[in-house]
Amino acid sequence: MDQAEAQEKIVEALKQKLKTKSKFYFNDLSAILDMKPREAKKYINKMVEDGVLEYWSSGSTSMYGLPGTGKQAGAENEG
Amino acid sequence: MAKHKTPLLDQLESGPWPSFVSDLKQEAEKRAKNKKGLELQIPVDVVEDLLGVLELSYKHGRTHWKHGGIVGVFGYGGGVIGRYNDQPTMFPGVAHFHTVRVAQPGGKFYSTEYLRQLCNLWDFRGSGITNMHGSTGDIILIGTTTPQLEEIFFEMSHNMNQDLGGSGSNLRTPADCIGQARCEFACYDTQALCYDLTMEYQDELHRPAFPYKFKFKFDGCPNCCVASIARADMSFIGTWKDDIRIDAEAVKAYVGGEIKPNGGAHAGRDWGKFDIQKEVIGLCPTGCMKYENNKLTINNRECTRCMHCINAMPRALRIGKETGLSIFVGAKAPILDGAQMGSLLVPFVEVNADDDYRAIKDVVEAVWDWWMEDGKNRERLGELIKRQGFQKLLEATGIKPVPQHVKEPRSNPYIFWKEEEVEGGWERDIDAFRKDHMR
Repeated sequence: MDQAEAQEKIVEALKQKLKTKSKFYFNDLSAILDMKPREAKKYINKMVEDGVLEYWSSGSTSMYGLPGTGKQAGAENEG
Repeated sequence: MAKHKTPLLDQLESGPWPSFVSDLKQEAEKRAKNKKGLELQIPVDVVEDLLGVLELSYKHGRTHWKHGGIVGVFGYGGGVIGRYNDQPTMFPGVAHFHTVRVAQPGGKFYSTEYLRQLCNLWDFRGSGITNMHGSTGDIILIGTTTPQLEEIFFEMSHNMNQDLGGSGSNLRTPADCIGQARCEFACYDTQALCYDLTMEYQDELHRPAFPYKFKFKFDGCPNCCVASIARADMSFIGTWKDDIRIDAEAVKAYVGGEIKPNGGAHAGRDWGKFDIQKEVIGLCPTGCMKYENNKLTINNRECTRCMHCINAMPRALRIGKETGLSIFVGAKAPILDGAQMGSLLVPFVEVNADDDYRAIKDVVEAVWDWWMEDGKNRERLGELIKRQGFQKLLEATGIKPVPQHVKEPRSNPYIFWKEEEVEGGWERDIDAFRKDHMR
């Protein structure tokens, strides 16, 4: 699987789920890609680097989401 | 005159102990005066508003902080924790009040120049409030706004040779004891190993992909000064294979009162004459020591490296020469199932910098592969070990079971052999069996 293909899979799957949730665990993403976590990480890192995904952190747990989605995005968009 | 009235917080200052409320008030005053004439980059009354919102939380009995956020520095998924206030109109100074975690130096060896640089930066671009150190061991800078984050990171990484620490589902900032730099008990160079693993696992530290947090801690000896056995998902504790070295003359000197026990640590009051029988031999947890005819002997095979005798008589007893470390896994603070101490996974491994600590890294990576794949979201390694069993961990790491892995004789009869573990499998020649065993 190349990067573009992986990205398409992730974006599509996350968009479909947007109605119910906007933040996803790393394991959700590796399951979408159907890869072992270590392998999936390379693709996901690149997606974050390219701005396709963004991190969200509670401090103890990290999650991933599409930029600009979710309740907090508006409140945090302060440039 | 304080910006907000804080009668409930004021009460905290009345106790016998130093109060963080007094510290905060002092910092608020310092910012208001701004003697250095700094061009403060976040609101001058940030600390006043922090006191105000805390007072309100005490009054309401609930928090006014929102949970988490998307803020961070570019490319990093950890090191910055977004904090927002749900009363931004009342307390605009803390509307955005993010936390920055900064990797502490190995063994917490600071220079005053470094500390001054760090504090100056934080006075200028943050609230000035620090937590030295968080329970993970890192430097915690409390309270700044989003636009300051990249500026702080740039200054740290370009001018202070300093990186951010870990937060979130990451490898957290590894922490170590002062080790061989100052301590004769250290069985390996904790700072060298801590630094090496920190550099090796930069991706794990900064880009979260674990099910939850993961902590490394390095203790040079079983005294465990950084309490790795209680706090780290993977703790590296120095130990030795051979015998405790005994200096018989020094033992006599302790018994004779010429050398103070425990390095003179209990000199504050008169505890009476040192009694080797009561204070050392009698306290040995395995009873492996004897003091007879003015001679100390140790049955080293029974020694559990509790360190008590070495701590009591450091000039007479020294760690062995064949040193290395033990790896413990699964310690954590309570959330599920209560607090857990680490379980021994590798009884002894040499600490070999020449081969890039390969033996240690092999264990680390095998454990991560298992946990990343089988761990549930927000499940610590210790919880996965409990859920799937220690045996599963041994299979995942390819480590053969040894007596040191066994806490007690089994009490559960429902443990079964697997066919591949039994010579010849389940098939057998019944005629051959009947030769020795009649029906």
